[in-house]
Amino acid sequence: MAHGPATLADGWVKYASRWLFTTNHKDIGTLYLWFSFAMFILGGSFAMVIRAELFQPGMQLIKPEFFNQMTTMHGLVMVFGAIMPAFVGLANWLIPMMIGAPDMALPRMNNLSFWILPFAFAILVATLFMEGGGPNFGWTFYAPLSTTYAPDTVNYFIFGVHIMGASSIMGSINIIATVMNMRAPGMTYMKMPMFVWTWLITAFLLVAVMPVLAGAVTMMLMDINFGTSFFDAAGGGDPVLFQHVFWFFGHPEVYIIILPAFGVVSQIIPTFSRKPLFGYSSMVYATASIAFMSFIVWAHHMFTVGMPIAGELYFMYATMLIAVPTGVKVFNWITTMYKGSLTFETPMLFSIAFVILFTFGGFTGLMLSIAAADIQYHDTYFVVAHFHYVMVAGAVFSGTAAVYYWLPKWCGKMYDETMGKVQFWIAFIGFNITFMPQHFLGLAGMPRRYADYGLQFADWNMVSSIGAFMYGAAQILFLFNVVRTITHGKPVDKPEVWEGAEGLEWTVPTPAPYHTFEKPPQVK
Amino acid sequence: MQTSHRKLLAKLLAMAVAMFLFAVFVLPPLYDLFCEITGIGGRTDGKYEAVEVRVDTSRQVEVQFVATNNAEMPWKFYPMEYSVVVHPGESRAVNFFAHNTTGEDMIAQAIPNVLPNNAADYFHKTACFCFDSQPLAAGDQAELGLVFIIDPDLPDSVNTVTLSYTLFDITDRSELSVSQIQ
Repeated sequence: MAHGPATLADGWVKYASRWLFTTNHKDIGTLYLWFSFAMFILGGSFAMVIRAELFQPGMQLIKPEFFNQMTTMHGLVMVFGAIMPAFVGLANWLIPMMIGAPDMALPRMNNLSFWILPFAFAILVATLFMEGGGPNFGWTFYAPLSTTYAPDTVNYFIFGVHIMGASSIMGSINIIATVMNMRAPGMTYMKMPMFVWTWLITAFLLVAVMPVLAGAVTMMLMDINFGTSFFDAAGGGDPVLFQHVFWFFGHPEVYIIILPAFGVVSQIIPTFSRKPLFGYSSMVYATASIAFMSFIVWAHHMFTVGMPIAGELYFMYATMLIAVPTGVKVFNWITTMYKGSLTFETPMLFSIAFVILFTFGGFTGLMLSIAAADIQYHDTYFVVAHFHYVMVAGAVFSGTAAVYYWLPKWCGKMYDETMGKVQFWIAFIGFNITFMPQHFLGLAGMPRRYADYGLQFADWNMVSSIGAFMYGAAQILFLFNVVRTITHGKPVDKPEVWEGAEGLEWTVPTPAPYHTFEKPPQVK
Repeated sequence: MQTSHRKLLAKLLAMAVAMFLFAVFVLPPLYDLFCEITGIGGRTDGKYEAVEVRVDTSRQVEVQFVATNNAEMPWKFYPMEYSVVVHPGESRAVNFFAHNTTGEDMIAQAIPNVLPNNAADYFHKTACFCFDSQPLAAGDQAELGLVFIIDPDLPDSVNTVTLSYTLFDITDRSELSVSQIQ
């Protein structure tokens, strides 16, 4: 290969420079995916510390102050370090190949948006080793916990969030530019694969709300260091304002996480059902409506702040309305499978589990949207269970499905199907053992984010912890399976890899060459 | 870079910058305005200019006073009357007691809040110690005055209004010293 990428055989300097200075969308996709997996393991180990401490009532392993840092860092690392970069990595790898483009539109910005991420997380994680400890105010960093009462390291946290935001904004601008300007001739918007559609909409959400997050932390920075009073009641500010600004970012953020997951599942289910996706255009419109509605429901996260009844009713009904487009999506996935000739390879198993468990998480979301009932559920383990059903069984399961589905295309080798299925069942069972009991704990009144709990919660907490260790073990198996595929996997050479796979990415040779679609394909 | 890319990049960057400015410079004032219009959060208005109003002697409203110290504020701070009964439209003066028990000069700021929310617009203060910061030298004590009028338009459903003050220590953020303010 005369113009191929540098390998280890070319010496480590050349090899390292390749990754540092790469502008190739596949290299950058790979970097994002490995980085997010590393963060997933890190955030997961924080979760293991949390569950180990909660295994029994009373304090056994760590101090409550450190427990607070663990819950905060677990949330931050998983949301901003694991899930979001994982889907950006998938977007980098797949979007150019799916729309017949040779690369991303702005390759050098692409390099920058990845390489600032490790610095952001180095800054964030380093605070754990500093005097005063890391951020301990929950991943939602409500003022005044994150301002007046925050450890001094909060400034590092703010700086880290700024860098993450910059990275996300650059990444999304790149995706929008690629999708809007670089589609192959004949690839109209309504012919784009669902994954591309969901990412295009997600990218617009990111450009709209990441700056709001940057604004929120900037106001915190000013309150802490420069004597302003945005969130400080003593100076005429209002801590509730923080919650409004945060959730104005935060609610679109949860759709930023889940929409690409919808896209992944919408690619995988048709393949293993050997049928085209049912209701493609309704999927597109449903995605767009969900994105729009994400901007007008934020205060359902704050029913307990003392809103007037009109506000509670508005946010309650608006939130319930989101179930309609989401229901359309679930209906379409199920109808795609109906009367299909189904096979159950690992990606399909994860996708079906996604549909079931995400729907479950959606229903608990509907329960939480009832303002009157939410007064009881608010800040309990019921909420924790709800968002782990949509974030883990939703985003993480779909990310895992995506890796298994496209891994043969990426590296030209087939993963071990048995190991994949074993991983799936350990993950599926472990996940439900972990989070199903948390519904019961929450309904019984166990508050979230505490290092200790009353004796009446002891049994289900122990069950939950056992499930968490199981789920954690499944991820180690996942890592092992992926590494083993790359080193010892059975070679695949069919371009389409899967029998029923459709789309431009399956027309290029397997493994995908370093440069694809240098001449744009003609889409009929 | 292609022109089409450059144009799109410029538009999207402008959108990001606009959203940042929106979050920092538009949302907070908008929120304040919204709270002021709706009375959400029990915010009371600023100083009220007394106007000739009829006193509605057919009605009695109980006004309760609550005083709270924020966080580590060490002062003694309490209302000298815990509740008074007034007619709507009648002007009434009450006093709060404050005592700086520490050995250092301090400056405090009281932040008022009215419950229920729908009474906030009808609770008028014509004079209030909360309009200014309150300096007290070490060991000093003071009676802090408040004059208020309940608006005769107060909704019929409201029979009791609770006015609460939270006292904040603002010594560190104040640019003036205690003697300069006094």
